[in-house]
Amino acid sequence: MPDDSPSLSKYELAARKQQTRRNLLLCSPALIVLLLAASGPLLVMLFYSFLKSGNYGGVIYEFSLDGWLNVFLVRDIFDDVLKVADAHLSVFWRSIKLSAMTTFTCLVIGFPTAYFIATRPRESRNFWLFLITIPFWTNLLIRTFAILELIRNNGIVNNLLTDLHIIEQPIQMMYTDFAIMIGMTYVYLPLMILPLYASMEKLDFRLVEAAYDLYATRIRVLRKVIIPLIKPGIVAGSILVFIPSLGAFVTPRVLGGGKNLMLGNLIELQFGQGRNWPLGAALSITLLFIVMATLLLYVRYSQKGGVQHEQ
Amino acid sequence: MTPIIRKSIVGLAMVAISGSASAAGELNLYNWGNYTNPELITKFEKAHDVKVTVTDYDSNDAALAKVKAGGHGFDMVVPSANYMKIWIDEGLLLETRPDQMSNFKNVAKDFNDPVWDPGRRYSVPWQWGTVGMIVDTSVYKGDINTSALFLDPPDELKGKINVPPEMNDVISAAIMYLGGDPCTTDKDLLRKVRDKLVEAKKHWLSMDYGMIEKFAGRDVAASLYWNGAGFRAREKNADVRFGYPQEGFALWMDSVAVLKDAKNADNAKLFQNFVMMPENAALISAFARYANGIEGSDKYMPEDMKNAPEIIIDPKLSGAGKFLLACSPRATEMYTAIWTELQK
Repeated sequence: MPDDSPSLSKYELAARKQQTRRNLLLCSPALIVLLLAASGPLLVMLFYSFLKSGNYGGVIYEFSLDGWLNVFLVRDIFDDVLKVADAHLSVFWRSIKLSAMTTFTCLVIGFPTAYFIATRPRESRNFWLFLITIPFWTNLLIRTFAILELIRNNGIVNNLLTDLHIIEQPIQMMYTDFAIMIGMTYVYLPLMILPLYASMEKLDFRLVEAAYDLYATRIRVLRKVIIPLIKPGIVAGSILVFIPSLGAFVTPRVLGGGKNLMLGNLIELQFGQGRNWPLGAALSITLLFIVMATLLLYVRYSQKGGVQHEQ
Repeated sequence: MTPIIRKSIVGLAMVAISGSASAAGELNLYNWGNYTNPELITKFEKAHDVKVTVTDYDSNDAALAKVKAGGHGFDMVVPSANYMKIWIDEGLLLETRPDQMSNFKNVAKDFNDPVWDPGRRYSVPWQWGTVGMIVDTSVYKGDINTSALFLDPPDELKGKINVPPEMNDVISAAIMYLGGDPCTTDKDLLRKVRDKLVEAKKHWLSMDYGMIEKFAGRDVAASLYWNGAGFRAREKNADVRFGYPQEGFALWMDSVAVLKDAKNADNAKLFQNFVMMPENAALISAFARYANGIEGSDKYMPEDMKNAPEIIIDPKLSGAGKFLLACSPRATEMYTAIWTELQK
């Protein structure tokens, strides 16, 4: 594209306008789908969260703040005292904690993997990346059940350890928070590796060599050179893992045994057996707010990272 | 297998069975997962030249929420007794008058005028059963006819107990264990129920479905669960037994009804009449392993079900069985609070 200069002729201006219009037209299908399929349901949710709940599910079209109130406060069923909804808060906390742990584990595993791929010869990198995408060929549910098969009491891992006489009794892994974390790490790991790789690929390895030449230790090179340079990749990867983990539904349900809820399961409960749709809608919007807050943090961090990148 | 996997397999089987036929009519059945005998469907398709599509759900609430939301395209649904009143009161069902259909004479006396559908004006029996304790007796040798197994668990079972994520079944069992009636709003009793459940939960392994496979793999040793699943678990693990809690256990019945906005209401009525034939009702039972409430179906039942302790309730304990009905909105609100507290 030419620079924005005052010397553009009328003809050129018209051509540009036409181009813009054509581009808008070209991306309109995507825009329409986004507006209808993403914003539409969100608006419905927002609307529902301010209504009264119907007796047997559904909503009554009367304005009410109960849905939102119930996100944070509950009226005790036994003495009618309004108190903090500690059940909801602990579910929020569990979701955030498990998502953070998943993100950290993905980073720890993903970082060396991405580094390995980025340091391969250019021709073989695509092959390694291709390997990373193989899990996406299989349905998420199937992969989750495969993990279940690995970690159950009579599963492959426990049987192997028992046969090798390393353990006597099977280790209880299925139906624990650990299982949820393993499952989510497995599912979301590629989302960490790909952005990490993207920023490592651009990394100028001459800088790393220079640091070594100046007698920097390995750890110092990692901390002072590599990590600051690929920070945008780290932040992007963390966001891509953290956000879907927060709303994860299937993995906690299958691997966690449903004993302890995560946010997605809490929301499902309100639309199902709890029959409190406004609360479910309010909880969904709350989840959206948490995600947006995280994204805002990302924007701020990545801008800082970007500045560093230019230095 | 869990409902979700089974769902896909059953779904695939249905496609394979019905794909080739170019039937005149259609029928969309919305039923519980792993609950519909493919043979029954094939038989109906052949008899009436109708292509049947089965879609699965895994809870009454999921089905209710989906149908209430509209745009579902289903013709028939199979709600449990305690939800039937909601379906009727919300105006979701078509009054098909099964009581005037030709095969209605086959419906067993206990089920031809039930409280949840007086006079059977909407629904016909699909299957009925009990909620009791499935126990792996290689782990626990004591009396299995008690809810204490999951509410005051013996040491052998601690950490190996499952409780299904079914609010009504679990809370009702706990209420009956503590001497109350299901659907009670008695605060003193419910406080005890909550404390008992929260205390007991420390010893639970999971709150999940899919117990047939979990007992087969010996992942769990005891579970509050449904009798037909107990039967199928025993087929895969010979140590499994099914107990009827003497403190009170829930009886349930699922009945098949036609939706008010059904596009194929005539085929749906044919199907209602069809499943009241004893040999067809027996097909339903032969697959999901529950009793069906149709007189004369025993003759056609598989041999192994005729005397199965999971199907024939021990007469000494049968008095403790109670049908669960829909609880009031106030009771549901209190139970949901307890339930959320329990799962936090």
